[in-house]
Amino acid sequence: MSEEMKLRISSSPQIHSPASTAKTMWLVVLSLIPAGIWGVYAFGPRSIAVLAASILGAVASEYLMGLMLKKNTLRDGSAVLTGLLIGYNMPAEVPIFIAVLASVFAIVVVKWTFGGLGTNWMNPALAGRVFVFFSWTGGMSRWSMPHMVPDTVSGASPLGFLKTNLMNFSGSADGPMDFLAGQNYPVDSYMDLFIGRIPGCIGEVSALLLLIGGIFLIIVKIVNWEIPVFYLGSFALLTWIFGGLGYGNGFFTGDILFHLLTGGIMLGALFMATDIVTSPITRKGMIIFALGCGFLTFLIRFYGSFPEGVSLAIILMNIFVPMINRATQPAKFGKLPKEKKND
Amino acid sequence: MKGVKTFPRGGIHPHGRKNLTNKKEIVIADIPETLTVPMAQHLGAPAESVVAAGDKVKEGMLIGKPTGFISAAIHSPVSGTVKEITDVYLANGMKSSAVVIEKEEGFTPAVKTKSDSWKGKTPQELNDIVKEFGIVGLGGATFPANVKYMVPKGEKAEYLIINAVECEPYLSADHRVMLEKAAEIIEGLRIIRKIVGPEKIAIGIEINKPDAIEIMRRQAEAENFELEVVPLKLKYPQGDEKQLIKAVTGREVPSGGLPLAVGCVVSNVGTVNAVYEAVVLGKPLYERTVSVTGLGVKNPGNFLVRVGTPISKLLEACGGTIDRPAKVVVGGPMMGFSIYDLDTPVTKGTSGILVLTDKEAGSGARTACLSCGKCVSVCPMGLNPTKMFKFVDHGDYDGAMATDLMDCKECGCCAFSCPANIPLVQGMRLGKKMARKKKVS
Repeated sequence: MSEEMKLRISSSPQIHSPASTAKTMWLVVLSLIPAGIWGVYAFGPRSIAVLAASILGAVASEYLMGLMLKKNTLRDGSAVLTGLLIGYNMPAEVPIFIAVLASVFAIVVVKWTFGGLGTNWMNPALAGRVFVFFSWTGGMSRWSMPHMVPDTVSGASPLGFLKTNLMNFSGSADGPMDFLAGQNYPVDSYMDLFIGRIPGCIGEVSALLLLIGGIFLIIVKIVNWEIPVFYLGSFALLTWIFGGLGYGNGFFTGDILFHLLTGGIMLGALFMATDIVTSPITRKGMIIFALGCGFLTFLIRFYGSFPEGVSLAIILMNIFVPMINRATQPAKFGKLPKEKKND
Repeated sequence: MKGVKTFPRGGIHPHGRKNLTNKKEIVIADIPETLTVPMAQHLGAPAESVVAAGDKVKEGMLIGKPTGFISAAIHSPVSGTVKEITDVYLANGMKSSAVVIEKEEGFTPAVKTKSDSWKGKTPQELNDIVKEFGIVGLGGATFPANVKYMVPKGEKAEYLIINAVECEPYLSADHRVMLEKAAEIIEGLRIIRKIVGPEKIAIGIEINKPDAIEIMRRQAEAENFELEVVPLKLKYPQGDEKQLIKAVTGREVPSGGLPLAVGCVVSNVGTVNAVYEAVVLGKPLYERTVSVTGLGVKNPGNFLVRVGTPISKLLEACGGTIDRPAKVVVGGPMMGFSIYDLDTPVTKGTSGILVLTDKEAGSGARTACLSCGKCVSVCPMGLNPTKMFKFVDHGDYDGAMATDLMDCKECGCCAFSCPANIPLVQGMRLGKKMARKKKVS
């Protein structure tokens, strides 16, 4: 044995899985790319500018915070992911400064005032989006039709259109699809919703590609299936039960498919609610969290004054995560009967 | 697969790399000129050496006597002369007194002959042999076997469970012992059955060893020995006593309790062979099977090694190591110890010696905890590792204890899986140590 052989000494385990923080973040970024490509294709080159602005805003903020706090965290990919998600949550026609400000707020205020990655208690991307939504609602509502839709009449997303027009509606319709058709809104079939031939935020319109990305993340075990399944499931159930009431129909007539395929719920349930930092750590906790998200999304979407409920629902549930974690500690192996009673 | 059992909660699937050695027959390793035999090779109180420098010793002679209830006898692995009694560092970083023996010229191991005389002995007499011959658990924990086999009055061992899981990646020593010594194992089981008096005997083997499952089944059948061979799903840490009992019987050993609390006695399959050798061949425990493996070893293999052999000698027997190994590990990769001194001796607990490359060892930088919950989902004990670690990290040892730190057995599932590369197990160890210290002072 040679004298100069240098051996590493460490506590067990002596091997480590290939998982790392950076790998996790970059895989999430990767899984989001197809939906983004669709967004760029649908809404044109301006969406590239919006995405670039939000990513650059996030990365620059992360870099400057890192300089200030003497930490180099750029390589972990979390800032790029936050910026990308913010860009995905913007309409393509949004003023650029709004996209940048959303990212700066997300990184500087939401993420770093609490200590950076891992310690933020609210999803930074969603908080950034909500911040600019309430500050510049007009700018955040500049919708445009995807270029493949021939008549470019309205500038409203399906859900926004429903919200404003259903209030003054006195006729009858079978459901949202029927209603939209009656109002000459250019959506012909569920396929348009599924593929993403509708107005909306850059990254949220293609339910199909978001599903593919989400399922990929579940397969590579970065995302647990519990959150998306219970989120979408509880939301769908409530929609089915109560969703038809607004159209003058009875209970159990809601249009599940329409509501799952419109708005930000796919992006939210697959990529935002599942953010590992701001979701509970136990399986039971994840289920409670997801059920809460589904309920709040339903409440806001059907009875709130906003067309959308996903962002607010998730960040509201983010606030409850520490409590959920405390209430759903794992059950210890070999727990003594006496201890069980004391719980 | 139907009928294949496992424990329900947590666990991981690390890269096994068993194929490096599991086809390699056990080779008798060369006995070096000088052997360093530590007195602390087992769990419990170290033995006390009963020889002095200059003394002549014979192969199998007692050189260290047990010093307490939980302690074990140490025997000379060769005939020769005691050169000195000195202190050495063991693989686990502990200092131990050790007897350094110079092998006599022309030493050849004595040929052992079988004897059936044990059949006339009482269970107590048999367990005394287990004690006198220094038999300890060879799975790695090295708990004195006679203490384990001694069922206190009023308690009943319903199950004797033989641990042949070998869930640690890389290792195949137990696997090879089963393939090569099935008959001896059955005979050993007869002896232990007489000592412990269980109603049932089961042997748990993971299904990555189909040949071992087959051979144990066939051997038991051929000898008309009642043995339930339980195939187990591949999952670490199934070789842990508590997980194995859960997998085989569905029973949960209560927190802080022993297997006997649920009517079980668990013994490693290598230990069964050692009991056979002690009782039938009259051979004390001074040699064991060791897998020398890892991508950093030129020719991995399994060796029958005398206790006290320096690890460097074994690596030489494998054709040496590649240029830049990252780590040399004694034991399995999940719970073993990395060492810096290759002259560290092999002891009764050395199940493997691994030379790991950077690729295998992994060397990710630590980042902040992401609260991803991976550690919680893989913990077989149903603990919350990230919470415990945060308590320890903040110096709040009472807080850590209140989150059931003592139930952690340092299996390493959490630290292995942590994407942030947080040294969770190191934290748990520190926490336990500090908490004990506090208790004492």
